[in-house]
Amino acid sequence: MSKIHVSTQVNGDQVEFLCEPEETLLDVLRDHLNLTGAKEGCGTGDCGACSVTIDGRLVAACLVLGAEVEGSAVETVEGIGAPDALHPLQRQILQHAALQCGICTPGIIVAAKALLAQNPDPSEQEVRYWLAGNLCRCTGYDKIIRAVLAAAGEMRGENP
Amino acid sequence: MRYVVAKDSREVVDLLMEDKANLLLAGGTDVLVRMRLDERYPDRIIDIKKIPGVAEITEESGGFRIGAAVSGAQMGEHSQLKALWPGVVEAVELIGSTQVQGRATMAGNLCNGSPAADSVPAMLAAQAVARVEGPEGVSDQPVLALLDAPGQTKLGKAEFITSIFLPARPNLAGDAYLRFIPRTEMDIAVASAGVSLVLDEAGIVIEASVALGAVAPTAVMVSGAAQALIGTRLEAAPLQACAAACAAACSPIDDKRGTIEFRTKVAGVMACRAAITAYQRAGGQP
Ligand SMILES: Cc1cc2nc3c(=O)[nH]c(=O)nc-3n(C[C@H](O)[C@H](O)[C@H](O)COP(=O)(O)OP(=O)(O)OC[C@H]3O[C@@H](n4cnc5c(N)ncnc54)[C@H](O)[C@@H]3O)c2cc1C
Ligand code: FES
Ligand code: FES
Repeated sequence: MSKIHVSTQVNGDQVEFLCEPEETLLDVLRDHLNLTGAKEGCGTGDCGACSVTIDGRLVAACLVLGAEVEGSAVETVEGIGAPDALHPLQRQILQHAALQCGICTPGIIVAAKALLAQNPDPSEQEVRYWLAGNLCRCTGYDKIIRAVLAAAGEMRGENP
Repeated sequence: MRYVVAKDSREVVDLLMEDKANLLLAGGTDVLVRMRLDERYPDRIIDIKKIPGVAEITEESGGFRIGAAVSGAQMGEHSQLKALWPGVVEAVELIGSTQVQGRATMAGNLCNGSPAADSVPAMLAAQAVARVEGPEGVSDQPVLALLDAPGQTKLGKAEFITSIFLPARPNLAGDAYLRFIPRTEMDIAVASAGVSLVLDEAGIVIEASVALGAVAPTAVMVSGAAQALIGTRLEAAPLQACAAACAAACSPIDDKRGTIEFRTKVAGVMACRAAITAYQRAGGQP
């Protein structure tokens, strides 16, 4: 089978890759582009660990074929913050101890960032519904929700 | 498997006419899950999302035409559509998580053929009409006429849906969709109901349609339930008659999500509650 040539933007950089038609965007990110931030928790759209955005829209990378992102702009957790300049979401997740094993964390950061881009001042309930597709086996969610609300406050310029 | 991006709907029909195992791809939230779980791939997957206009919501004759590649998230963000058909939009928005909403389409929900597909009862109540393109050309078919059996529709070989039309409606009109699931998010309906009502100035129901999901091999229209509401202000007796008509229309399966008895009872409860919400949205005070 001939591979498909795809050119797309990932975290602002122009990227070209070859993929099999069966490969998902998640396979492409992890196995071809060495972007292993997005995790495969289930592979069937249930867990949210593979969350990325395509043209600003939050999606599960395991439910998108690699070939489908031709000409799009993909954002992954690797495009958010840097070790010496954490994004407020990353800092607040650390400060709230809102992770244990960390498998869900990249997906939560990507999903929460997409929420705050369209709603800078969400209620607790809005955060809970938005993140309903991001499963966490470890934390019990409460610290995650509080970290997202704190990051939202910080991003609005309110002092913690 | 080959992956093909269709340039226009003609190309889709031509490809579907060829003797190959083809599979259409809209949002992929059913297609990719199925391929993954069954480890079976078609000869060819045909992506319909790049067909011009197919990812747009357009106003038409006072109603809205929803392209077959429009995501649930796009529908939820469209305030005029939401104002005209709040029940259809709330049904679509119940499909999966935010991530699933970013991809899932209403046409895909219909064509996947699940008896529990959330948007289908709401589309039936709304008398939605699918625009179908096939070897014989373009035709408009009521969504109801496309329902067939679990996992399949009545679409013919080489036919596919390019858009779904939600018609205009009078001022005093409202619709609603409700489902029962054991939790508040991310589950499949055990029983569900879509209701659409039109009222007169006095708050009396003059038109009604009631449809149920997850209680029969396909979603069902329950004309007896609609009849029970017409000419009333949703007082206790007509609501009781509506619930009884719903129960009579149920032929559900028994599974771990709900027994036959439970589904049959809850379908009527969902219909009555959806009717009350639709009534309030139409401007009525029950
Ligand atoms: C985690 C998760 C949760 C979910 N929760 C729900 C839920 O709560 N309620 C619910 O109802 N569903 C749910 N689903 C199922 C699914 O998301 C919906 O059925 C969705 O609407 C399918 O749309 P799609 O565009 O992704 O379809 P696709 O996967 O692209 O296609 C679905 C089927 O329809 C065919 N098809 C697609 N478009 C057309 C067309 N225009 N013409 C003809 N055939 C076509 C495809 O070939 C395929 O057989 C869930 C799925 C996941 C992964
Ligand atoms: S790996 Fe994609 S949602 Fe679980
Ligand atoms: S920290 Fe382990 S899954 Fe969330």
